[in-house]
This record gives sequence, C-alpha cells and structure tokens, in this order.
Amino acid sequence: MVGVGKTQEEIEKELAKQYIPLSYAEYEEALSNGKLMGLKCLSCNKITCHPMPVCQWCSGRDMERVELSGEGELLTFTVIRVAPESFEAPYIPCLVKTKEGPNVIGRLELEPEQASQALIGKRVKMSGTYTYKGDKFSGGAHVCPVFKIVEP
Amino acid sequence: MRDVAIIGIGHTKFGRAAKSSLELFSEAALQAMDDAGVTGKEIEALFQGAALPGFEEAQVMPAAFSAAELNLGPIPATRYEGACASASVAIRDAVMWVASGDFDMVLAGGVEKALSMGTAFATRTFAMSCHSPTEGPVGLTFPGVFAMAARRYAVEYGIPLDELREKMAYVSMKNHKHGALNPLAQFYKKMGELKVEDVLNARMVADPLTLLDCCPFSDGAAALVLCAAEDARRYSDAPVYVLGTGQASGSALSKMEDITKPVSRVQSARMAFKHARLEPKDINLLEIHDCFTIAELIALECMGFFGWGEAANATANGETDIGGKIPTNMSGGLIGKGHPIGATGASQVYWIVKQMRGEAAKGNQVDPVPEYGMTDTLGGDFGTLCHLILGRDRR
Repeated sequence: MVGVGKTQEEIEKELAKQYIPLSYAEYEEALSNGKLMGLKCLSCNKITCHPMPVCQWCSGRDMERVELSGEGELLTFTVIRVAPESFEAPYIPCLVKTKEGPNVIGRLELEPEQASQALIGKRVKMSGTYTYKGDKFSGGAHVCPVFKIVEP
Repeated sequence: MRDVAIIGIGHTKFGRAAKSSLELFSEAALQAMDDAGVTGKEIEALFQGAALPGFEEAQVMPAAFSAAELNLGPIPATRYEGACASASVAIRDAVMWVASGDFDMVLAGGVEKALSMGTAFATRTFAMSCHSPTEGPVGLTFPGVFAMAARRYAVEYGIPLDELREKMAYVSMKNHKHGALNPLAQFYKKMGELKVEDVLNARMVADPLTLLDCCPFSDGAAALVLCAAEDARRYSDAPVYVLGTGQASGSALSKMEDITKPVSRVQSARMAFKHARLEPKDINLLEIHDCFTIAELIALECMGFFGWGEAANATANGETDIGGKIPTNMSGGLIGKGHPIGATGASQVYWIVKQMRGEAAKGNQVDPVPEYGMTDTLGGDFGTLCHLILGRDRR
C-alpha cells in the first residue's frame, strides 16, 4: 500500500513520481527560472509540453523530464483589446510550434502596432515570462512563457 | 432504445432581463409545458443547462430549485455544464434517458444571466472555460481564441487577412439581418441592414475580430418538453423527432493539431449523422454556434457542409442565407439573436422546431418547411461539442 506510515509530504512525493511526472507548479517554477520544461516519452521518443500525466502523443506512462530550447515558429496570435477583469489590455497571446514538436501557448513580446499577419511563420524564442498576479478565482499567481520574434 | 420527440417548446425574450434565472427558466418551461398541454405532474425529470450561475447570482444547484419553483415535486433535477454547450448536452442526456425507457416525459433546456455581469466580469468568467493552467495566465479570451483561429484560417487557405475579414463580415450581416426580424432576439429591429464596412470598422475586440464579429452577452432561457415518440401525437399535431445526437470533447488549445479543424467538432457531427443515418446533403436548415463570424465558417466545414476553406466564399455568395444551399441561423444565430450561454442549445432547437411548424418570422421562414434540421453547439475553445439532428418524421 502506498505511503503507509509516511508523512503527507512523503506520500505526495511518492504518488507524484508515479502519476504526475512534472507538475504545473514545477513547470511554472522552471519557467520563472527561464527554462521551458517538457517530458520525453520513452516509448515514442516524442516530447510533451505543457506537462501531462501521460504522453500527449501515445499516452505512454514512462516519461523523463527534458529542457526544451524555447525556440519555435509563430503559428498565430491576437491582440486582446477588451480584457477580462484582472487583466490590462492590450496584450498579445500567441501559439508557438516548438522546435521539439509540441505547441505552446504564451505571450508575444511586441508592440501591438507592430502586430501584423506577416509575422506568422516567423522564428521565435522564449525571452522571459509573464506573471499573472491572479484574482480570487485563480488560486494565486501563475506564470506563462513570453516569446519574441528572432527572425527579422 | 426508443425514439424521442419534442412536443413542447418555450423561449424567453433574449437581451437584458430584470427577472432572476429561476424566473427566466420557469417562464420558458411553463411556455413549453403549455405548448405540449402537459402539467407538472407528468414531468419525471429536469435536465438544465447553466454555465455560470454561481458567478451571476451566487446560485449553484439551480436545477433543483427550478424544479421546486415549478412545483414539479421531488423529481431528479440536474444541472449540466459544458460552457456554451450546456443546454445541448442537457438535451442530449434527456433524450438518452427517455430513449432508454427510464422516463416517459422530461423537461430539458437552459438558462443564463450573462449580460447582467457586465463586460469585464463576464469576459473573466467566460474565459474560465479556457484551459486554466496554460491559457489562464496568458489572459486568453474567447474573442482571442477565435481571432487566433481567423489568422490561422487565412494562412492555411492562402487568403489575405483583409479579404477574409470582408468575407467574415457577411456572416454578421446575414445573422443580424435575420436577428432583426426575430421578435425574441436581443437585436430585434436593430442592425438589420449592416454593410461590410460597418463590421470592419467597429471597435476592435481581439485583432482581427471587431465587436460586430462577436455575439453579445445575453440573459435568457429556453426549454423543451420531450417524450417517447410513440406517445408524441397524443400531445402535439406537429411533434419533432430527435433523429441523431453527437457529443465530443476537445483539449487545451496548444494540444490541438489544427485550430481551424477542431477534431471535437468533426467527431461530434459525424456521430450525429451516423446516429441519424443522414448526410449533410439531407439537411435543410442549420442553427450553428456563430459565437464569432469565423466560428460559423469553421463549423460549416467541420460538419461537412463545405470543403475545408470553402465556407468563407460560400457565405459571401449567399449560399448560407435563405434560398441558398443551406440556410444557416435563420433565427439570427448567436450574433443576432443573443447568446445566454446555458440556454443557447435549447434556443437553437426551439427555432428549428418553429421552422418545422412554419412559425418563424416572415423573412426568416424557410419555404418549403424543412424536413431535417441540425444544431451545432460549442462550449469553450472546442472543449465540448454537441450536435442534434431533428426531423418532422420518425423515419
């Protein structure tokens, strides 16, 4: 039986190892340190990012943590002009296809006036993070990756 | 499994409501019961869509209280939540329960008071049906998701973005034209003669979507009485039969292979067609989830009414308007009629039934009355999809 005679912390660690190979908290902490972390599947060799309990491609359960390059291609974006409560417009959500395979959602570091359709397909690189301060619904502050265009 | 029929329909005025959600739902439910000629004693269960009642009126578990308000007795009453597809999912399950033989007559529908929340709070709570861990901190909004899809659509099909925006504008023009004719629509007698420039030059919400590319926030309710098909003619001269249903689930946006071809929408529509043993060419009328202009184009393609990348031109050419290949959203759709999210799926069914009875507003009524109609309802950023195929005959 899992965790008999152990502390809550030890039990959580043990269960996490078995079921949650990379938690969101760990993913966000790595982002804050400038690292985009993913999981490499030992069955199909593909990369899962953001983290999931199973491989996003083959549902495999054996995955090891890997750091992604943070490089990729801009798939699409928008300039949010009407923001939800607790956010301030304008800002630019974007979808990036990473060099390693999986798509990642984040923000684009760019002046809204420069945001044009011609940017789609350009090379981008993770340049930092955005920290959402959170509201009473979000369970605290959360972090997402920020990308910038590296190809002129 | 038994066949299931719709024998009663009800629909409140969409827009800003002074009534509470409980009152709105009661109004729609009593209309539906009166329409079917049944009393509360005959209703054996309630299936209610409601997406955000906790935020709107600090009310969770609204279904139980709705049953109580209507004095339906201690019957099972369940709230369904699939974001904007809540009512469709509720109706689909209601159909399943009647089909199974467990219940002979049930009430299904939905309610929402979203307009009353105000834009900033409504935008925040709507965004909760995005993937919270990854899309939450980004500040993604629903217009944002579909703005990203529109840009991607332009790239995928090699259409200059300005040209695509003009074609998208035709969705807004068409749906506002029909919404303006619908007395229960939020924009009744308003914006019935929009021009392309009006849509393009409206206030930008999420680049490239303007306010007129978007449906409004709305209050409202809609409800249906469903019973076993073999009993339907005892209650209604013109029952409408549920011939097929489909439902599917999506993922976080970043895990989707292509946001212009959401697998959940394709799968759900295919499930409904297979269940009904029908094909797109058989369908005479659509009520589809035009939360944004681009969403209507994506829906038409996912459901198989047009090839990939062809819905934009088809819409601009009038193929989805009255007299065209497949009249779509003759009620005004979400854009013209309003979108009280928990009620929308039931409203879509209501307007298909009205069409099948020949009771739609002049200018919106399809002639001859449609034999087969289909609804498409989308929850979240392709997270919950539901399709219903309705017919005038049992087949």
